[in-house]
Amino acid sequence: MIGQILIDGITSGAMIGLGAIGLTLTYGLLRFANFAHGEFATWGAYLAMLGAGAFGGAAPIGALTFGWPLVVALMVAMALTALLALALDAALFRRLRRHGNAIVLVIASFGASLALRSAIEFAFGPEPYYYTTDIAMTLRLAPGLRATADQLVVLAAALVLMLAMHVLLTRTPLGRAMRAVSENPDLARLAGIDPARIVRATWAIGGALAAAAGVFLGVTVQLRPSMGFELLLPLFAAAILGGVGSVPGAMLGGLVIGIAEAAAVPLAGAQYRAAVAFVVLLAMLLVRPRGLFGGRE
Amino acid sequence: MTRLELRGLVAGYEPGLPIVRGVDLSLAGGEILVLLGPNGAGKSTLAKALAGLVPVAAGTITLDGASLLDVPAHARIRHGLGFVPQTHNIFAALSVAENLAVAAAILPRAARTSRIGAMLAMFPDLAAARRRAAGLLSGGQRQMLAIARALIASPAVLALDEPSAGLSPKLVAMVLAKLREIAVGGVAVLLVEQNARAALAVADRAVILVEGRVAHEGAGAALLDDPHVAALYLGGRAA
Repeated sequence: MIGQILIDGITSGAMIGLGAIGLTLTYGLLRFANFAHGEFATWGAYLAMLGAGAFGGAAPIGALTFGWPLVVALMVAMALTALLALALDAALFRRLRRHGNAIVLVIASFGASLALRSAIEFAFGPEPYYYTTDIAMTLRLAPGLRATADQLVVLAAALVLMLAMHVLLTRTPLGRAMRAVSENPDLARLAGIDPARIVRATWAIGGALAAAAGVFLGVTVQLRPSMGFELLLPLFAAAILGGVGSVPGAMLGGLVIGIAEAAAVPLAGAQYRAAVAFVVLLAMLLVRPRGLFGGRE
Repeated sequence: MTRLELRGLVAGYEPGLPIVRGVDLSLAGGEILVLLGPNGAGKSTLAKALAGLVPVAAGTITLDGASLLDVPAHARIRHGLGFVPQTHNIFAALSVAENLAVAAAILPRAARTSRIGAMLAMFPDLAAARRRAAGLLSGGQRQMLAIARALIASPAVLALDEPSAGLSPKLVAMVLAKLREIAVGGVAVLLVEQNARAALAVADRAVILVEGRVAHEGAGAALLDDPHVAALYLGGRAA
């Protein structure tokens, strides 16, 4: 049973971690909690559905329930959601940053979240969608350990994206500049870094990763207008657990939340699954408010 | 040859509340100019205005004849101005090598490695600690890293805000000796200092700011020997 909890938890935790990276990066740079971040996942998922439909109905790949059109649509959805995040910043947050404080930005993000979610509901209706109607058959990985091919591919893709993000942050000038601006924006400017360029890169990367998380959630569960909003609490829990502003922390935090949620189902019942993120969040705030990797006040 | 020139500079954090009130300064290549004055005189504000971190209300700042006023803070290093703030002057979470790489990113790709190598050769302590998180460095090493970060793009002018703050006398002497070495290389050094005696010992010229205005100006050694200046600003009669 423990193996099965780990498989289920790591799969869902990897998706949470992907979404939490953008959230923690945005907070680290702009010092505000973006409550609209979950909607990027929703928009990414629905954009991929439109894209997969537009690219045609190819046969599923191997044991997966989806074909190449969804793979291409995932990339297009990531790019479009990155543009959506940039547009939201240009139209709303950038203006408020000039005049407002963090509370104003947080309240504005609530409004943006509502508007983005309502737009999806207006366009697609409240009913759930699926990328495919094919039934995902489980594969027996070991005695008592089962997973669908979709789950395994989603897990691998999420881990690859996390690794790519780690490489970006530690091995590239852009990543180093993002970490520098996050730690000390004034010093970063003195070092020749244009903070506006880094802010744009952060929105784009955060939006793209959230879109990937949304598509992966759509593949393994379903698409609903509220999917991103419901993902928000686990995202915040993961970001805070890992230490707000820390990308490795967000990745690890996502995995911990995912495993805790998966463990809650057999131990306490499925109805308590959603409460687990909240419990972990509260426990972390009580025990170590800076989070696992948090070094800043 | 004059590299940096400030004329009638008025600057402050709030509109209508100037802290620097009409300062004229000029600085030549290879020269060390020390900016002294009591607390609240506007020394650090002047340095930050020079770096673009504090708004300028009036006056001019020119570097090699070109105005810096419309140049945003992040672009001033490209125009030849390096600045070392007094506090939080390194990226503590980044390694020493990453601190240097961040600053070297504005250079052409082919020049980055050689400039980082030049900085590590100039500051051997940093070379030994290049993989260590900068936040774990000693006070002296931190100042060296901060100076190396500002120097990596080969600026014409290097401004430093109290680089001796919090350092032992031995480390202060080491930092100031390094600044003399940098000036000998042709860089114009503007040094904001509280540690007047140590700074004047390496200064070519010194300016004393009082309430945002230039109160005294002269050769470093002359100010050190001026009993009036010593009594007012150096904590007693100079030895």
